[in-house]
Amino acid sequence: MCGIVGLHLRDPELYPRLGPLLNGMLSQVVERGPDSAGVAVYGDRRRCPEGYAAVSVLDAPDDLDVALPDVLVTSAGDTTVLAAHVAPDVLLDAIRAAAPDAVIVGTGTELTVYKGTGHPCALAETYDLANAQGWQGLAHTRMATESAVIAAGCHPFSVGLDQCLVHNGSFANHATIRRELQAEGVRFDSDNDSEVGARYVAARLAEGEDLEKALRGLCERFDGFYTLLVTNGNGFAVVRDAIACKPAIIAETDAWVAMASEFRALADLPGIDAARIYEPEPEKVYAWER
Amino acid sequence: MGALRTDLAVSTVRELNAALHAPTASAYEVLHPQGAHSIAAGVHDTVAVDIHGHVGYYCAGMNDGATITVHGNAGTGVAENMMSGQVRVRGDASQSAGATGHGGLLVIEGSASMRCGISMKGVDIVVGADIGPMSAFMAQAGRLVVGGDAGDGLGDSIYEARIYVRGKVGSLGSDCIEKPMRDEHVAELAELLAAAGFDHDPGEFRRYGSARALYHFAADNSY
Repeated sequence: MCGIVGLHLRDPELYPRLGPLLNGMLSQVVERGPDSAGVAVYGDRRRCPEGYAAVSVLDAPDDLDVALPDVLVTSAGDTTVLAAHVAPDVLLDAIRAAAPDAVIVGTGTELTVYKGTGHPCALAETYDLANAQGWQGLAHTRMATESAVIAAGCHPFSVGLDQCLVHNGSFANHATIRRELQAEGVRFDSDNDSEVGARYVAARLAEGEDLEKALRGLCERFDGFYTLLVTNGNGFAVVRDAIACKPAIIAETDAWVAMASEFRALADLPGIDAARIYEPEPEKVYAWER
Repeated sequence: MGALRTDLAVSTVRELNAALHAPTASAYEVLHPQGAHSIAAGVHDTVAVDIHGHVGYYCAGMNDGATITVHGNAGTGVAENMMSGQVRVRGDASQSAGATGHGGLLVIEGSASMRCGISMKGVDIVVGADIGPMSAFMAQAGRLVVGGDAGDGLGDSIYEARIYVRGKVGSLGSDCIEKPMRDEHVAELAELLAAAGFDHDPGEFRRYGSARALYHFAADNSY
């Protein structure tokens, strides 16, 4: 069992409320994943200013000194977010040079990612989620089945620029696909099955596919149980496996699109009483772009 | 005497259910369910419970005699393992609605998701609109009535439950076949539609059930 919540805002007037809304949603899926929680926020210009790149890392050394001017450094538990007025690959190279052992868990010009272990509500406070702003966000509470309860095994898996994947379920043939991707030169950060899904999607997006096509490909290639929420710098997509035993519910209004494992995570969203509420069908990709 | 009212914005589901398990009134109203799980589960008296809003998992589970109405949508497993009584969902229901139910009537005025009536054992389920894939899987007894369409794999490995569908069936599951509508089937369907409060014409429905090739062992099934 795991909990997923995601919110894609259509109405810019809601952007300042992204954090409080997402925080409320996260608090309703704690029982589904009490061992760790991760959060991704898109478009918070205090965390990643316009024209900047942001990189989230785990286990950054205390004396981390990145050889770039004016780097913004924010510490949030196990996660450290670094932002600088350079291209993402320039920032990434500088961080790798300064801290070769640090695990990169998110890179983008829109995105900041936070991961950690412990009670999800305490982690949300550590991440200062209640004060986040932006146009899109997601959170995942984890009940681990396939790999260890450590920050690196926490979702979202963000392995491409501004991309995130969160997963409720377990992949059966992830080791096979991992070997195939490794043979193509893809490198992995964890033993987690969901990371294989994220690496697969990233490889398809890098080939020029959009989210919808990449996820249709995933349905053909992966066996197992999954409800997935996948995001990038353009939008938001949901897909479930053919058996669809992992829950998912979507609600839509003119102001937002929201997805969650359970309705109770959507119950306090503004305008929920007039929302179109439905469950995604098996192996059908639902995608929204801004 | 008016209905006893519980507001789940201030009371817990455990407090509500404890009150419903030892009722002191004949009617109850529940406000602000907000998708909480297990609301009105395990009620075993002939009380009326009206829930105003959307409920989470296993609402009205194991119901034995109560009349429970959800004025909203229901999450996974509404009225699962019902023994008797009536459960009505005014909106849509998530998956596994009426799962393993032994008796009583479950009415879903909107649509039900996947696995509606899975392993039903005598319950009657009437759905106003559509049902999702894999519904009535291993259904043993009872009747499932669908006012709209049914998804893929309907009635897979079905035993003796009877299924009536007014619209299209995506596909039939293993050992589930269409069967002729005889007079007694039209009569029982009319009765079920009336009990559920739908005015569909029974003549518009088709009947599905078991071919009985899977669970009756023939000589050529031996090893």
